[in-house]
Amino acid sequence: MATQASDFQTLSRRYTADKPFRAFIQKALGGYYKKRDENKANFQDWQGARDLAAETKYEAVNHLDSYLLEFEAKITARGAKVFWAPNAEAAREYILKVAKENGVRSIIKSKTMTSEEIHLNDALEKQGYGVFESDLGEYIVQLRKEAPFHLVFPAMHLTRRQISDLFQKELGSQATDEPEELTMIARDVMRRKYCEADMGISGTNFAVAETGMISITENEGNARLTTSLPKIHIALLGIEKVLPKLEDLSLFLPMLATAGAGQTMTCYNTLYAGPRQPGEPDGPEQMHIVLLDNRRTELLADAEQRDALGCIRCGACLNVCPIFKNVGGYSYGTTYGGPIGSVITPHLRGLKDWKHLSAASSLCGACTEACPVKIDLHHHLLQNRRNGAKASPSPAEKLAFGGFSLLMGHPALYRLAVVLGRIFQPLQVLVNGTILDPLRAWTGSRNFPTLAPKSFHEEWKKERGGHK
Amino acid sequence: MNPGRSIILGRIREALRNNPAPRPHTAHSQAEASSENHGHAQRQWLPKVGETLPERIDLFAKISEGLKTEFHRVPTIAAARDLLKQLAAEEGWKKIASHSHHDTDALLEGIGLPVVRTDKGYAIDDLESCDAGVTGCEVLVAQTGGIMVSVESAGGRALSVLPPHHVVIARTDQMVADLTAAFNHVKRAYGKQFPSFMSFITGPSRTGDIERILVLGAHGPKRLTVLLVD
Repeated sequence: MATQASDFQTLSRRYTADKPFRAFIQKALGGYYKKRDENKANFQDWQGARDLAAETKYEAVNHLDSYLLEFEAKITARGAKVFWAPNAEAAREYILKVAKENGVRSIIKSKTMTSEEIHLNDALEKQGYGVFESDLGEYIVQLRKEAPFHLVFPAMHLTRRQISDLFQKELGSQATDEPEELTMIARDVMRRKYCEADMGISGTNFAVAETGMISITENEGNARLTTSLPKIHIALLGIEKVLPKLEDLSLFLPMLATAGAGQTMTCYNTLYAGPRQPGEPDGPEQMHIVLLDNRRTELLADAEQRDALGCIRCGACLNVCPIFKNVGGYSYGTTYGGPIGSVITPHLRGLKDWKHLSAASSLCGACTEACPVKIDLHHHLLQNRRNGAKASPSPAEKLAFGGFSLLMGHPALYRLAVVLGRIFQPLQVLVNGTILDPLRAWTGSRNFPTLAPKSFHEEWKKERGGHK
Repeated sequence: MNPGRSIILGRIREALRNNPAPRPHTAHSQAEASSENHGHAQRQWLPKVGETLPERIDLFAKISEGLKTEFHRVPTIAAARDLLKQLAAEEGWKKIASHSHHDTDALLEGIGLPVVRTDKGYAIDDLESCDAGVTGCEVLVAQTGGIMVSVESAGGRALSVLPPHHVVIARTDQMVADLTAAFNHVKRAYGKQFPSFMSFITGPSRTGDIERILVLGAHGPKRLTVLLVD
């Protein structure tokens, strides 16, 4: 029977075997590393900025109730409606209700991973609404009926040729090898959609408690159009995204840009304080904030890993992860891939089905070092391994460690094992890595070290004997 | 009132009760992050900005170049108008959009093109068919090469993003050091009655979604021109 763990194994084997694909991903990330390092170097002290970001998130997450209430009071006073959704179903139902009550026909969306998390598009389309993803990468994967490959770069796994073929097939456009022409094809399609749509759905990067605002970060301008032209704006907001003060953005906006895409600043960082106010010329008549828990409070309750709620979804940990770079975004089978996804998914969707992701790490710590808010990612992966072993112990592992401790505790047994090992290892070599090999889980992709002809014990005895 | 509110607040309080999280491993004290001197704490880590106006203008110009923002310093409004006429001729503008504001009004005097004004409401198609949007701004941000606009200073939400060329008119006294200075400006200017929309614009609209190759004009303006009047 296919499980999440076996799916991960199958897919990661397939992707790692695909060398051109891996080379393509590495190349796509090459430019990012260079620009990220240049922009980091412009900071007077990137490490100092990380410390302050981590402290600010610590303050926000550990007083989450009071900051959310402050945010709610302030933005409600400006005419926005705040809906508290304990789970995905409640969020979907609320959005469907708003759409129905207002006779909505066409919906335009800007990039929001939270909507992927709650499978919003499916729910809307099932009720007959036309839903259009306006972010170029999201639009491409929507046309392909795929999920985003990466938190920030949804279509980074596709070549221009594949995208040209897709546009030819789905939009009837001419074939082209120029990314610019492909972008303009999508621009023209979307222009009409913005003007026709009566509801715009966005995500949120930060919510500001002090002033009751949401902040949306984007490069394309699609989120600005999504939140300007339609008469209803719905913003999805994970409860962990609230910051205490407006000035906190002075730190987080440049850090998000640098860590996420190697930019000084993302092209548009927009603050929204409610729907269109009296006397303003445009903007939506209604603004709804859907505040989503969906088991984020489970992660909050785990004090050891609570800092993972500080995540600003920049994707930096994915970009540096040796596992992500080789297995790609689809192997994970989760909304949030890479190291951060492997940490939080067991909390959001259950340890039993997702604990295997904790093993998809070399524990090199590159993710922890890359994280702009200093989430202790690789230690959390270790903690999830520990929690997984505690919750559902593996008899084989137990036996192996029991045997190991027996050998180590009894020198005579240990010496016997070494002798037996020297006898049996030449036999193992004959079947190394094949189906007959009892050590196949290890030797399938690695070499088993050969036992030394003389053990350290034996050498030591000989040396000391010589001196006597 | 929806029951979700008390459910979520209950879960949060339960999760936080007697369950302190380890403090982050940082070299700095907690006092620093929560101090009144918040802006100061950030400023020692963020990219450096010069003290004087010429240094700030130079920094803004340098970052603009990298962003492909077309930045021009002009001595007078009349000189800005000449530049605008050049752009209009170069791109063959037939109709532009703007809003009533002391700087834009002065700039567009005798421009010789039909102007759609968005202040009192407008038809989306009318704005969409304009060749350029001409707006004022709140401030220019030296540290990031950014332009802060709002409903008040840029004629609403869409004027600065829908037309394919966005032209911003600004004065040197609108140049500020960093984002914190920009926030202080809007707090002073609006008190608690903030416009419902404020945005930091940093370069023309862009995407790298196809093979991470930069393309300008993804959904917003393909060109961004800043006219800074001395």
